[in-house]
Amino acid sequence: MSKQDWPLYEVFIRARSGLSHRHFGSIHAADEAMALDHARDLYTRRNEGVSIWVVRSTEIIASDPADSASLFEPAADKIYRHPTFYKIPDDVENM
Amino acid sequence: MYTQGLDQKQKKSAADPADTPERLAAFQARIDAEEKIEPKDWMPSGYRKTLIRQMSQHAHSEIVGMLPEGNWITRAPTLRRKAILLAKVQDEAGHGLYIYGATETLGVSRDDLVADLLSGKAKYSSIFNYPTITWADIGTIGWLVDGAAIMNQIPLCRCSYGPYARAMVRVCKEESFHQRQGYEIMLELCRGTAEQKRMAQDALDRWWWPSLMMFGPSDKTSEHSAQSMAWKIKRISNDELRQKFVDVTVPQAEYLGLKMPDEDLVFDQKTGHYRFGEIDWQEFWEVLKGNGKCNRERLETRNRAHDEGRWVRQAARAYAEKQAARKAA
Amino acid sequence: MSKDQALIAYVTRMGDNAIVMAQRLSEWVGHGPELEEEMAMSNFALDYVGQARMFFSYAGELDGKRRSEDDICFLRDGWDYGNVLLVEQPNGDFGETIARLVLFETFYSLQLEALATSPATKLAEIAARAIKESTYHLRHASNWLIRLGDGTDESHRRVQNAIDRLWTYTAELFEADPVDQIMQSEWQGPDLTVLREHWHRQIDELLAKATLQKPEDGWMDSGGKGGHHSEHLGYILAEMQSMQRTYPGANW
Repeated sequence: MSKQDWPLYEVFIRARSGLSHRHFGSIHAADEAMALDHARDLYTRRNEGVSIWVVRSTEIIASDPADSASLFEPAADKIYRHPTFYKIPDDVENM
Repeated sequence: MYTQGLDQKQKKSAADPADTPERLAAFQARIDAEEKIEPKDWMPSGYRKTLIRQMSQHAHSEIVGMLPEGNWITRAPTLRRKAILLAKVQDEAGHGLYIYGATETLGVSRDDLVADLLSGKAKYSSIFNYPTITWADIGTIGWLVDGAAIMNQIPLCRCSYGPYARAMVRVCKEESFHQRQGYEIMLELCRGTAEQKRMAQDALDRWWWPSLMMFGPSDKTSEHSAQSMAWKIKRISNDELRQKFVDVTVPQAEYLGLKMPDEDLVFDQKTGHYRFGEIDWQEFWEVLKGNGKCNRERLETRNRAHDEGRWVRQAARAYAEKQAARKAA
Repeated sequence: MSKDQALIAYVTRMGDNAIVMAQRLSEWVGHGPELEEEMAMSNFALDYVGQARMFFSYAGELDGKRRSEDDICFLRDGWDYGNVLLVEQPNGDFGETIARLVLFETFYSLQLEALATSPATKLAEIAARAIKESTYHLRHASNWLIRLGDGTDESHRRVQNAIDRLWTYTAELFEADPVDQIMQSEWQGPDLTVLREHWHRQIDELLAKATLQKPEDGWMDSGGKGGHHSEHLGYILAEMQSMQRTYPGANW
């Protein structure tokens, strides 16, 4: 990165209270305060949010798609983790 | 469209040894199953390259596209129009940023992409090399240029690359007001004085053909369409989109009481489509090559902004580093 | 001057400050040091246009001459514009634009804060709305002043020069003419002597953070409020008003 390039930040926005922050996109900024300002100017022009998180993109630790099979597929056959696995007669109430 | 430059001839690059037939087949199967490709997924190097070129050209177009309209912010005829135009031009900067951001997920930096724009290596839409000389041009750009852009961008919302598709959803949602405000300007002019009406017709005369060129070369000569279609980066062909645009726009011009500058334009009862005259492809290629009225000026403006801003960007970095050092101490 | 005339003049001046700032900041569109900052500048411009519209519409309502916001904005010549000289100064480089924003917005935030409780209720409402925008502008610009002041040698030098150059226009902000005096006595407008003290305190603090020197008060220029402008305003108006002047009476 040359002296003038600004690092990349990921932007997360809470649309309204009661919802969690959701990833909206990214922006460039030289520092944290600027990152918040830029996220605000870019992603909340139309009342999209009530709260903003920014995080340096390089600080995000992501799973590798190559590991997807071993990470996520083993969960697929554990159907007993879901309520629909269990057969309860319809006339049992409050279950 | 905003990526007409893609359709220019380019050298064939050597195949990437990582693109094994098995991987390519598995990738195509995902595409065919309408799965979205996400940044860290494996993808053929050609897919990545095509996306980087298309997306960066799209982003560059948004940014350069700010200039012809920005030209009228300080002269907008009313305060209401000034506010609308500012908000619109601001959206364009925003859309450029969304798309640059989506492009960066492919492993390129915005600074490198911008450097390609500034050096003239990367292309942007030919339409922004035409001058905005009257207020009616602002109306016409909203009506025709944004109209054409929306037509192109709606299918891009279903593009196979996730970040691009998501950026497009946002862009399309925000852009829906752009075309309407443009048409509203035209309506006002066409209901106005004789001078205003003349202004409107003059703008349509100048912008109609360049708007049709926005859809890129005819399918017969377009180079990259087939592969882009297979990869579902592109969903509808240039000519198909252009025809659709003509079909919806001609009645809008009639409503305004304006005449399209095309003697060959006629409604074909059999096909239900308008037939239109031959596009001056010579002009198209010349503008794309850099010989439009404003090519040089547009690039000079962006270059000046970049050069004059260097000390600012450097200062901000220097301050951030100082702060980090103070924190660490 | 009656109490009502003073209110009209005052509200119009506030609109003048806002629209001239909007024109100046709009000039950054397409020319900013970074795209995100172009967004910020155009955001500020848009805020100012919105404020100008509110002030002008209100002034039009008050004077009862059926003048629209556009009539007031586009059909007055420079001698009837009462913006302060500070806002009509050319943008200069990014540092100078930031310096002007800081000097003006520090004043403007305080002014709006004072007006938010005015018995001129419509003015108070506008002020309460504008203050939110103003607070953000000031925050953004102040952060930049600090970055530039405490950034590189070049940025420090440039922004110090900008502050020095603009300083001469800062006294006018606090010069109370009859309009200001009547506003203060009849409409609970700001006491400019008090406001000046607050302004200096805030500016001192910010300049210190930005490692910048506060200039001495030397010859201080003024006259804008009374319609005696620099040469710059004429060009701003010529550009801004050209459509309305060329096509009188047309709807857009």
